[in-house]
Amino acid sequence: MQVIEKLNAIAKKIYDDLTRNEIPCLSIPTRAKSNIRFDSKFSVWKYGSSKSLRSAKTLDGAYMLLRTMYVADFIKKMIEMRKSSTLREMYYISEGWGLAKFNSQQESDSLAEDLEIMTGCLREEFRLRPEEDGARVIGNIVIEEVTRSGEKRKIHCQDDVGDAGYSIPYNVEKEKIRFREIDADFVLAIETGGMFDRLVENGFDKSHRAILVHLKGQPARSTRRFIKRLNEEEKLPVFVFTDCDPWSYRIYASVAYGAIKTAHISEYLATPAAQFLGVTPSDIVNYDLPTDTLTKEDIKALKSELTDPRFGSKFWKDEIKLQLKLNKKSEQQALAKYGLDYVTEVYLPEKLMQFGMLRK
Amino acid sequence: MGAHEGFLDSVRVAHELARRQKEISVAEFFERNKHILGFGNPTRALVTAVKEAVDNSLDACEDANLLPDIVVEIRKGENERECKVIVEDNGPGILNDQIPLVFGKLLYGSRFHTIKQSRGQQGIGISAVVLYAQLSTGKFTKVLSRIGENEPAHYYEIGIDVNRNEPEIARSEIVYWNKEHGTRIEVDIVGDYRRGRKFVYEYLQGTSIVNPHARITFIEPNGEKHIFDRVSNTMPKSTLEIRKPHPHGIELGTLIKMARQTKAKKLSTFLKTEFTSMGERTSRAVCEIANLDENINPKELKREDFIRILDAFKKTKIMAPPTNCLSPIGETLIKRSLKHETKEISPEFIVATTGPPSVYSGHPFQVEVGIVYGGNLDKDSPAKILRFANKVPLLYQQGDCVSTIAISSIDWRRYGLEQKGGRGIPVGPAIFFIHVASTNVPFTSESKEAIADIPEIKHEIELALKECARKMQRHLTKKERKKKTREKFILITKILPEIARKAASMLNKPVPPLDEVITKIMDVVWIEDSIEYEKIEGDKERYITKSRILVANYRQKPQRFNLYAVIPEDAIIGFVEPKPEKITDRYIKWNLPTIEPISKLELNFELAGLNKGDFENDLYVEGINPDHVIGADKWEGGD
Repeated sequence: MQVIEKLNAIAKKIYDDLTRNEIPCLSIPTRAKSNIRFDSKFSVWKYGSSKSLRSAKTLDGAYMLLRTMYVADFIKKMIEMRKSSTLREMYYISEGWGLAKFNSQQESDSLAEDLEIMTGCLREEFRLRPEEDGARVIGNIVIEEVTRSGEKRKIHCQDDVGDAGYSIPYNVEKEKIRFREIDADFVLAIETGGMFDRLVENGFDKSHRAILVHLKGQPARSTRRFIKRLNEEEKLPVFVFTDCDPWSYRIYASVAYGAIKTAHISEYLATPAAQFLGVTPSDIVNYDLPTDTLTKEDIKALKSELTDPRFGSKFWKDEIKLQLKLNKKSEQQALAKYGLDYVTEVYLPEKLMQFGMLRK
Repeated sequence: MGAHEGFLDSVRVAHELARRQKEISVAEFFERNKHILGFGNPTRALVTAVKEAVDNSLDACEDANLLPDIVVEIRKGENERECKVIVEDNGPGILNDQIPLVFGKLLYGSRFHTIKQSRGQQGIGISAVVLYAQLSTGKFTKVLSRIGENEPAHYYEIGIDVNRNEPEIARSEIVYWNKEHGTRIEVDIVGDYRRGRKFVYEYLQGTSIVNPHARITFIEPNGEKHIFDRVSNTMPKSTLEIRKPHPHGIELGTLIKMARQTKAKKLSTFLKTEFTSMGERTSRAVCEIANLDENINPKELKREDFIRILDAFKKTKIMAPPTNCLSPIGETLIKRSLKHETKEISPEFIVATTGPPSVYSGHPFQVEVGIVYGGNLDKDSPAKILRFANKVPLLYQQGDCVSTIAISSIDWRRYGLEQKGGRGIPVGPAIFFIHVASTNVPFTSESKEAIADIPEIKHEIELALKECARKMQRHLTKKERKKKTREKFILITKILPEIARKAASMLNKPVPPLDEVITKIMDVVWIEDSIEYEKIEGDKERYITKSRILVANYRQKPQRFNLYAVIPEDAIIGFVEPKPEKITDRYIKWNLPTIEPISKLELNFELAGLNKGDFENDLYVEGINPDHVIGADKWEGGD
């Protein structure tokens, strides 16, 4: 009910503007790197005070307002009818909205995010799902999931699943999944499928009491929320294991600090305690890893990260500068240079020891 | 020798030829002057052949006051080097005994002896084509001509006896021809169609543009047919011949010669009668300034006296020479022609202007300029230049032509075209049209492909170009502003009501009134116009132009102001509503009543005498800040 009221409030703001003979407008935080600030209460990065005004004074602004209203009305009706849709479905449904129709799905996705920001609600509360599925999980944990038929099913993420692991659903809130039994020491979030499968095959989850989570590149919201819940509710330390390039650092940043695109819900998605395990530029030197030369885009991205407040710590500044100096990048799987077991028997144990996770 | 003496050169060449024709054969003369005569290579030869024949046809039709309908056909020749050129017109035809002379005698019936704007200045004539055919392929020219319904058609196969410059007739007979009157010629020449095609096409298209009353059909060797249709059914104003020179620009030698030959006994009479534009007063003034007795016998004048007279000519204000010997095409027709010929490009804007008649070295001339802008024209290529002299397209030597020089000297960047360093031919989606009409077009050389850089002519071209450019610029700014406002128009008429409706429906409330918000968003007075052309019943060719103007006040306060609609010169104003304050031959003026916010006012008027597509509304406002008005400019014309 509360969500519907918040959606109506948007309509009311515009309606009131019109009855007061004012040009209708809405204001939302500016969604750009320049406008994210560290929130010390939650230890995450959120939007700052800079606002953008969407006003019916311009044609583009008027279209935005009209579309905002249509999306709000659409969500309202979904809630009333207890339905849900994917973002893509909403984009196709907008075909029938006449002037309010979207020209690309990017526009409609972005507007859904705007609505989250304006109402303070979550996309899940809007009953909008992303296309991307959540990632895979393997480890000594029992998850109780409410299936679509309404029954509660317990799933042991080693014994009840195949090698592909447990698949994270788009809703990972308490009404959907609960963590029942856990016998593990930490969460290891892995960027690439190849490395995830390597650790599974080598039995790393069992040998080192780890819960392995596959991030699948830039992680979906549900994956990030899932990791956050494991960290905050179950007090499990989280380590992020990625390639050694600027794009992978952004994957880590979105897990630990929040993404710029979703900075309005950073406190809900980000795991500030998550730590970057590697592969670091120092590792390239220390482990003498095979490398590639940085591309122009890589260098540009690294330089941009130097001005990104999320990478403001000494650790990141030193590592990024080192990488620019080396002019090299590397991959997780480059560790195979020393054999297939090297990563599970030497590299990860050594790195985890540095973080105090393992004793000699 | 001044470059502008090209015309005199032709005369000299002609007389030279006549005098020496017994000494050398015309074949030899032709061989020596092939380049000058336009037969330098097979490509040029083909173009020249078409050109001479078509010019002849156009002149003949004009003389007989007939709307020209000319068919130009090019066929493959007997072998690869040859091609056949066939030109047929609906002209008055040629008298039987004249046919051999016109085609078989070089320089017969030339127009060299009159001062008048004519095409004939351009080349040496159709007989040169006949001679070229004979010399290059050995074939005689086939001519068919008929002068009227009750007359037979005559068929000839004609060549030239190169030793005597006399016609040689291989065959002559009376034949049946289903054409009432007209002439058809068929020549076999050595010509390069592959290379020449582009020039032939450009020549015919250009000819069609500057001869709006002509229909030209072009049939290519593969049978492809192009019709350059006429856009006007009115013959061009016929030109008058003047035989007397104008005092400005006369040369010393000519002046002395004239004084020796005159019948006048007194200097003032000599000045008054032998020159154009000289009256009683100006003649006396010249004598006074020259410090010469007006009663002195011109034959007694000395060289120094003539120099003083020349000087006095310059110091005296003398009326421009009569310009009724010039035949400009006119703004409306140029625009219509350009529009018709650029249909496929669908340009967004065409502007044209006819400059005032002017004089260089005693020769009257007049400049006409047009600009075609936008549409599918290439944005990244240099602008195209269409050059004309006395209604004949100029195809070669573009870089040397005063038209090109004038265009290059203007900084086009301020008019929305690209131009490196503000000089040279600009780059952008534009075509320039430049026509110089004169009793004596000053060509750079005997081949007559470029007009010499005469300061007076360059100046007039520049002025006309700048006027067109200003109109173009105004159009572009207007368009930009209109586009922005049109967006707002969509906003207030479509999006905003929809926003209001949606908000109201989500809240279950009535839709709020939007008028005040609309005026806040728009904040302009919007003037929109539309034009319709209605056929006059029972008259295929004539239209009534109906203009409808909508004035909408999208400002927050009531507005009251005056509106002017400018009317083209050749239009006749008919029905006007509401009742105007004033109608002149130039404009309609309304004192509009107060228009309340969100209210509209409709105005209508009708014009006769214009063709379909000729009219564009040109609206002005007075008594309101023009910044608050879209669709009309500030009135600066006074009353």
